[in-house]
Amino acid sequence: MIEIRIHGRGGQGNVVAAYLLGIAAFEVGQYGQAFPNFGAERRGAPVTAFVRIADHPIRRRNQINAPAFLIIQDQALLHVPGVLDGLLPGGGILVNSSLTTEELSQQMQRDVIAIPAAILAKQILGRPVPNTALLAAFLTLTELLPQDSLSKALSRRFKGETLAKNLQLIQQAASQVPTGIWKEVSHATAA
Amino acid sequence: MLQPLEGSQAIAHAVALCRPQVVAAYPITPQTHIVENISKLVADGQFECEFVSVESEFSAASVVLGAAMAGSRAYTASASQGIFLMYEVLFNISGLRVPLVMTCANRAVSSPLSIWNDQQDSMSVRDAGWIQLYCADNQEAVDATVQAFRIAERCELPVMVCMDGFTLTHTLEGIDIPEQNQVDNFLPPYHFSRTLDPKNPISVGTLISPDFYSEARHSHHQALLQAQDEIIAADRDWAKVVGRESGGLLTIEGDPDAKVAILSIGSVIGTLRASLEHFAPTTPVKLIKLRSFRPFPVKALMTICQGLTDLIVLERAISPGSAGGIVGLEVLAALTKMENTPRIHNVAAGLGGRDIPLDIVPRLLNILTAENYQEFSIFDVELDRLPPEDR
Repeated sequence: MIEIRIHGRGGQGNVVAAYLLGIAAFEVGQYGQAFPNFGAERRGAPVTAFVRIADHPIRRRNQINAPAFLIIQDQALLHVPGVLDGLLPGGGILVNSSLTTEELSQQMQRDVIAIPAAILAKQILGRPVPNTALLAAFLTLTELLPQDSLSKALSRRFKGETLAKNLQLIQQAASQVPTGIWKEVSHATAA
Repeated sequence: MLQPLEGSQAIAHAVALCRPQVVAAYPITPQTHIVENISKLVADGQFECEFVSVESEFSAASVVLGAAMAGSRAYTASASQGIFLMYEVLFNISGLRVPLVMTCANRAVSSPLSIWNDQQDSMSVRDAGWIQLYCADNQEAVDATVQAFRIAERCELPVMVCMDGFTLTHTLEGIDIPEQNQVDNFLPPYHFSRTLDPKNPISVGTLISPDFYSEARHSHHQALLQAQDEIIAADRDWAKVVGRESGGLLTIEGDPDAKVAILSIGSVIGTLRASLEHFAPTTPVKLIKLRSFRPFPVKALMTICQGLTDLIVLERAISPGSAGGIVGLEVLAALTKMENTPRIHNVAAGLGGRDIPLDIVPRLLNILTAENYQEFSIFDVELDRLPPEDR
């Protein structure tokens, strides 16, 4: 079972990101469980969502305190206490950032992968919503699920122009990060 | 069809499949998505019903009461303070022996204000004369919704389907939504025996003198007790349709030779199962999933508790000033009739949304070896954060 924690701000589509990943898992016959860190969310406030993906039914419903991966929708959140807590050794951190992977890793003094998800989204969707671009990059890095599963998940959630533009966005985002460099991590934690 | 859905979305679909003619509800966290999704299904023409937007939960309950008395199948949903605002009407509904279904998206109650999950809301209306079924996961919540209409209509009693707020309502997972014809066969069109009809006028809810009130209460009590058979039958018959059971009144699982059991209620069952599997405690443990809290299955509980030395009752609400928990006291009262009553350790956990961690089982089992027997405790409570007099 893989556990993923997504951090963002209210309005960035944090819960939608978690749900899309859960649906993507479902699309390839895996079990997915996605839920928000329940709260009275409001725009701009730090919010958290959780995703579990497994090849067996998922019974536990506790919050994810030791994720294999962190997806951070706003680089400023890297400095918020608790955001990086509990990440498993060797786990991956994917960040929406205007900095490069090298710049951000140096700044944070630890390995992170950066992708300008909000900038890409602004260009293609017209709105700086980083969630779907981050998911596409995440799937490239981990090869946890095929990209196609994310397209299918998006098709369940969106229609028309929004869908078409998101499909274009994820295709572009998917090619912006190295393929499979987190594959080992996802295999290790799946055991 | 198996679909990846948010719990609330699945409930909205399940409700629509049951074809209630009237739905009235007032949104409240964490029930809101249920009402939103129902409203959307109605607006999109996928669900034909009279959807009444009301200005409060008191009205929501009153509208569905009136609708049911007029012969409609009716549904509402609420949580926490919303349930409390319905309080008076809840008793009217059950006292009039009106079949209705309500989803309670379980949430803590004020004060202090909490929007998060525990079960203080439904537990606090346990004496309102409604059937209460608690769901361990979203699939059970969908199946219980369908079953609830049949139970309500056959028993002429209202049914509250209790599902943990957020933990179930806001969790997306694979959920099988039954086919319309499956639900139609299970739930044929309903005719309420006491439908208000100007051609055959009757009086209901009138003043009742002391000569008859006791009898009315006795009959209500008996109806609840007898509903146990219908709850079992509905689950059994629905299982024939969809191929899965929700656990009737209660179920027991785990090592059959175990002398220790953990009894719980609602979605924490999932984490308890995962915890048992993950930690594989050296002490063999059984797990009892209580599904029907009203009626309370005294006989069934006594039977499955035979041979136990210790029973840990893990629950999600308290009765301040009593011996402790609500389910715990109920279990204790039921099991005193046994020849060898197990030692009961009552623990309230996850109050106001406090996370119930994966190591819950080993931590609960520590209670058994503690020096002093503790009848009741609140899990994870940090006493050093309280003034000395409250510790």
